[in-house]
Amino acid sequence: MTITGEQHEALRSLLGAWALGAVPPREAADVEAHLSGCPECAEEGERLREAAGWLSVEEPLDQPAALRQQVLDWCLARRPADLPVPAWGVPYAAETAKLDALLRDLGPEEWQEVAELPWHGGTEYLRPAEVLCHLAAVDGYLAVALGLPDPVPGGPGAGSAPAAGRRVPPQEAALPPLPRVPQQGGPRWTRITDRTARLTAEQAGQPPQRVRARWRRHCHELVRSAALAPQGNTPVDFGFATVPLRDAFVDRAFECYMHGEDVARAVAYPYDPPAPQHLRLMIDLAVRMLPLALAGQRAAHPELTGAAVGVPDGWPDGGTGAGGRTGRQLRLVIDGPAAGEWLIPLDGPDAGPPGGEPVAAMVLDGLEFCQLAAAHRDPDRLPVGEHGDRAAIREVLRATPLLSRP
Amino acid sequence: MATTDGAPRRDEQLQRRLARGEETALGELYDQLAPMVHGLAGRILADQTAAAQLTREIFAHVWEHPESFDPARGSLRSWLGALTHRRAVDRLRARRAEEAGFGGDAEEEIRTVATAARVQYVVASLPQPLRETIAESYYDGRTYQETARRLGISEQAAKQRMRLGLELLATELEQERARHRGPAPADAHRSGGQQPDGRRTDAQRTDGQRVGDSGRRTEGGGT
Repeated sequence: MTITGEQHEALRSLLGAWALGAVPPREAADVEAHLSGCPECAEEGERLREAAGWLSVEEPLDQPAALRQQVLDWCLARRPADLPVPAWGVPYAAETAKLDALLRDLGPEEWQEVAELPWHGGTEYLRPAEVLCHLAAVDGYLAVALGLPDPVPGGPGAGSAPAAGRRVPPQEAALPPLPRVPQQGGPRWTRITDRTARLTAEQAGQPPQRVRARWRRHCHELVRSAALAPQGNTPVDFGFATVPLRDAFVDRAFECYMHGEDVARAVAYPYDPPAPQHLRLMIDLAVRMLPLALAGQRAAHPELTGAAVGVPDGWPDGGTGAGGRTGRQLRLVIDGPAAGEWLIPLDGPDAGPPGGEPVAAMVLDGLEFCQLAAAHRDPDRLPVGEHGDRAAIREVLRATPLLSRP
Repeated sequence: MATTDGAPRRDEQLQRRLARGEETALGELYDQLAPMVHGLAGRILADQTAAAQLTREIFAHVWEHPESFDPARGSLRSWLGALTHRRAVDRLRARRAEEAGFGGDAEEEIRTVATAARVQYVVASLPQPLRETIAESYYDGRTYQETARRLGISEQAAKQRMRLGLELLATELEQERARHRGPAPADAHRSGGQQPDGRRTDAQRTDGQRVGDSGRRTEGGGT
């Protein structure tokens, strides 16, 4: 059978697909018929088939997320860093690396999966690349504080008045409404949701891996800049609160962890929890923020605040425990790898400095506490060890998810 | 920071930062190359603990001796790949030697394992478009037409990518075999591997040219 040069080229171009077994039967028969008469193609076909035979379907060993810290610690013990990453920046470096490792393996279809990102005011539904835009949009506040360019087009304050000096916003604090107010979230979060929307719009249509590469570059730049500001005192204005850089980094690590897990859930991949020492920093930050959440809860729902029921102005004094002008406090005992104890002031500043014997103690797992703080758990269904004033415990449990945001 | 897409320049910058003792550089090095190092170690050693140990050792080596990488002779990736491969095979040999009495085909088995690992490493370092095309067809059992549709490329492009990807693998296999036949390479750099028809993997550059020169090109990948 004679064939034209054109047919020869056409069949030859199929050899790779043929060697991979990716040619439908009829075409495969054509290729094979040709091979028997064309030494040149036969040789290439054999060579490619041999190569395909070495493709293994066996998966490589999973790379455990904990390995990163182990390797870095091992290296740093042998040669200490001249320019170390501050301890408060390490969780962020670790969590962003973990999320990046998950995303590296996502296929085209998995990038189309929609992740559910619950928070206390509802649930956001975002694709993995949009989650990255959201993370980058909020990380941008840190970038600005560190003198880096803001990744979000239009800058941090676009479309919104700066919330200068507002360190402890009341729950219903109103910022001037934006032209495009999102459905859920309320005015307090509009700057964040607006920034996310702007970055998402800018990145729309980009290949997800490029969005990922860009996000990753920003993460690396942030950590590098953090290493140059080891005190961590630089104020970071999130719009709804201003916190020192060292807390902002832990906050970002926490959100990256939670949303990484949200994405992992959507694509049905396992996702490791943070290293215990990182988890501990996250818990510590959440605990320090809790009084704000408690105050917000009291302001919004005085009827829900345990010991405060029936007290007109919402500031209980002398209900249980210490009387006089001493604020009550609760002992939080965290179980698990990040074990530790914290005292949480229950009453606002008007009740006097917190002190005296804690009115209650509650024991819960560190990861569960984080899940609760991210509004990924129902406070009424969480397994908690309770001792003492149950109403106070309920109050804290119900306030904790208020730390979450869109 | 500067957005150069020249991999050689990036390698050199990273090396300088490692030499300066920047912890962030160590973290970035790990993020970039740990999948390759750990994956290669895991495939050869087939043991979680041993793979983790070797990964630790490889990164400690770079961190303690960043100067031992010579950017003029290949990319950081290919250098670390070769170093990992060599040390993993050494360990496998030592393990086999311990299980003495294993017989004469231990060496053959080591060769097979090492070659398979090498091929996986090459697959993993193929440009993304080639890798995903091969993955769609070979691992997911799709025809080239289906693959083209799913990736949103022409059938012609899908065929080309499959052929080119396998061609790169075949060349690597030949080199790997030649290496096992010939004297063992004392030098890790040699196994970085130049690709057929003058193509180079991401960061290799022409003939000992110093980095920072113009005329560098990035891998086309072919869409």
